[in-house]
Amino acid sequence: MHFHKFERIWLIFGIISLVIFLSIVGVTAFSQGHTPAGGMHTIDPEKVSETPPFDKPGVHKIDDDTYEAVIIGMTFGYNPSNIKVPAGKEIIFTLTSQDVVHSFTIDNTKVNMMAVPGRITHKSYTFEKPGKYLILCNEYCGTGHHLMQTEIEVYEP
Amino acid sequence: MIGIQERRLALGNIGVAYIAFLIGTFCGLLQVFIRNDALQLPAWLDYYQILTAHGVLLALIFTTFFIFAFFIAGMSKALGNFGPKVSLFAWLGFIVTTIGTALATALIISGKASVLYTFYAPLKASGWYYVGLALVIVGTWLSSFALIGHYIAWKKRNKGQLSPLFAFMTISTLILWIIACFGVVATVLFQYIPWAFGWVETINVELSRSLFWYFGHPLVYFWLLPAYIAWYTIVPKLLGVKVFSDSLARLSFVLFILFSIPVGFHHQLTEPGISSFWKFLQVVLTFMVIIPSLMTAFSMFATFEISGRQKGGTGLFGWFRMLPWRDIRFTSIFIAMAFFIPGGAGGIINASFQLNELVHNTLWIVGHFHITVGAPVAMTFMGITFWLIPYLTGRKFPKHLQKLAFIQVISWTVGMLLMSTAQHILGLLGAPRRTAYTGYNGNVAALEWFDGILSNHVTMAIGGTILFLSAMLLIYIVANLMFVSGKAKHEADIIEFPIAESDMSHTPKFLENWWIWIGIAVVLIVLAYALPLSHMIQHAPPGSKGFITW
Repeated sequence: MHFHKFERIWLIFGIISLVIFLSIVGVTAFSQGHTPAGGMHTIDPEKVSETPPFDKPGVHKIDDDTYEAVIIGMTFGYNPSNIKVPAGKEIIFTLTSQDVVHSFTIDNTKVNMMAVPGRITHKSYTFEKPGKYLILCNEYCGTGHHLMQTEIEVYEP
Repeated sequence: MIGIQERRLALGNIGVAYIAFLIGTFCGLLQVFIRNDALQLPAWLDYYQILTAHGVLLALIFTTFFIFAFFIAGMSKALGNFGPKVSLFAWLGFIVTTIGTALATALIISGKASVLYTFYAPLKASGWYYVGLALVIVGTWLSSFALIGHYIAWKKRNKGQLSPLFAFMTISTLILWIIACFGVVATVLFQYIPWAFGWVETINVELSRSLFWYFGHPLVYFWLLPAYIAWYTIVPKLLGVKVFSDSLARLSFVLFILFSIPVGFHHQLTEPGISSFWKFLQVVLTFMVIIPSLMTAFSMFATFEISGRQKGGTGLFGWFRMLPWRDIRFTSIFIAMAFFIPGGAGGIINASFQLNELVHNTLWIVGHFHITVGAPVAMTFMGITFWLIPYLTGRKFPKHLQKLAFIQVISWTVGMLLMSTAQHILGLLGAPRRTAYTGYNGNVAALEWFDGILSNHVTMAIGGTILFLSAMLLIYIVANLMFVSGKAKHEADIIEFPIAESDMSHTPKFLENWWIWIGIAVVLIVLAYALPLSHMIQHAPPGSKGFITW
């Protein structure tokens, strides 16, 4: 197969950029823990409110630097509806849905997690600045999808 | 001129395509005004119902019918008239796809299927909605088998010869389509239908999502590749040159078969149930399609430059002025290609693993969709429409319609630029996709999104309105070309099917050995999907009951 000289240069340049780009994405993701939200744990979607940790939704202190925020998504809101976490500490969000697919998305942050019934999603995030952040659902979940929201309050510890 | 059966088939497909286009774009118009709080829907109509119709009718139905019209006409032009069996299967395919479309549309209109075109479980539509979608797929398979049968018959008559480039590319696209559909057929037939009709209680949600996206990504290539066929085989003819390189054109299509399927997880990067390793592996595979895309970009610009220089263009960019800008068939496709540059770049961002968290399910994605399928694909189809319909009907494409076509294409460009730019910026700021009018209870952050010069509801509404007017203009042109415009009696008025010559003398034969490519495609699919899917099945949580939340 004949490749025009310029096309060869064009493709080699493209492929090298691609390799460099993918290496940066992969290395930063896996070595610095920047992999997107996910998790392999499962749960019975009928028994969410009886199954730990979702029997006690809310923010729990794990140790001095780590907190877990346990959240249930439902049509059309979140349990708990009031979430308060400290700034500068690692917050591990643990999420599931008790009905259809939702998302738990915090505006102005990298927290953008899907809530899939039967599955548990995790994402770790540290808030730099105190303040109130909007939380919304960005996966269509029914007539009230655009009303599904809450706020998270980040306070100075 | 191609046979009468093929002309009727192609016109039938174009007819359904543009009926879907008419309804779908009207839904789009309603949406921009609802989102702007300028329009209240009556109680029996819901925003998400309209959104479902918009997505299904434009993304699935308009594209699919138009693609088969183009393929039927092109395969007959390239390989000769259809035999009776080929015609029969193509008619069956057309009828089954149309019945499926009508069924699905009826259920959307009656409010029993406001689940959008992604129909994620456990949102539970009427079982007949899924039956309708299944019929659409079955119908396209029948049409695909017809075209593949036509190709096999040609191969038997022309042993050892490479098929014409148009036929090669059509068969590549159909192979891609058939392999891709297995995912959606599996989930609809074995998961959704038994569950929606109540034969089983629950559904494995994550598996259904993964099977959907196994289909969902190659689906976008099923839209795009017919546009590429026009870019590779039609555009050089409009420019008066040959195909730049026959072998590289074929190689790029083969690479699309290989690398557009084992990549669906990049639509599921922020969800549980798939480990980071498998997500990242599919991200890497996703990026492999950049290679054939770069090859295509090179071929296109090489074709432009060769043509421009032949016509006397000099200097570094002098050839650019010599391109046939007054030919709407070309200009429309050129603008389509230009849209694909930011469209492709946006796609790279979306699939970039952790970067996806920033844009996933925001309005950015909607913007991306509109400058990929809504502009490059749709505008290429418009460019094809302007000659394909008069070619099939034997009518003229008179000067006044050509002028209208220019206005139509330019207004589509302006409308799409306004709307998609607003959507991209709003998405980056954080505004979610697929929402009716909402101010999030007057939340300050949400109000700020819509405060920009370009990032506000008004820009989107203006863009959407221009797009709708452009769509109506197109419908007017299509109706004229189909029924009204005078028959072409003089040689100068007759519209041809423009297919460029392609020099096959240096094209290696193995490129047309489909079993090699299907084999490698299957290996890649197994590699990317076998383990994570079997894990999803073996370690499945208790399933989900259905919910009707609209």
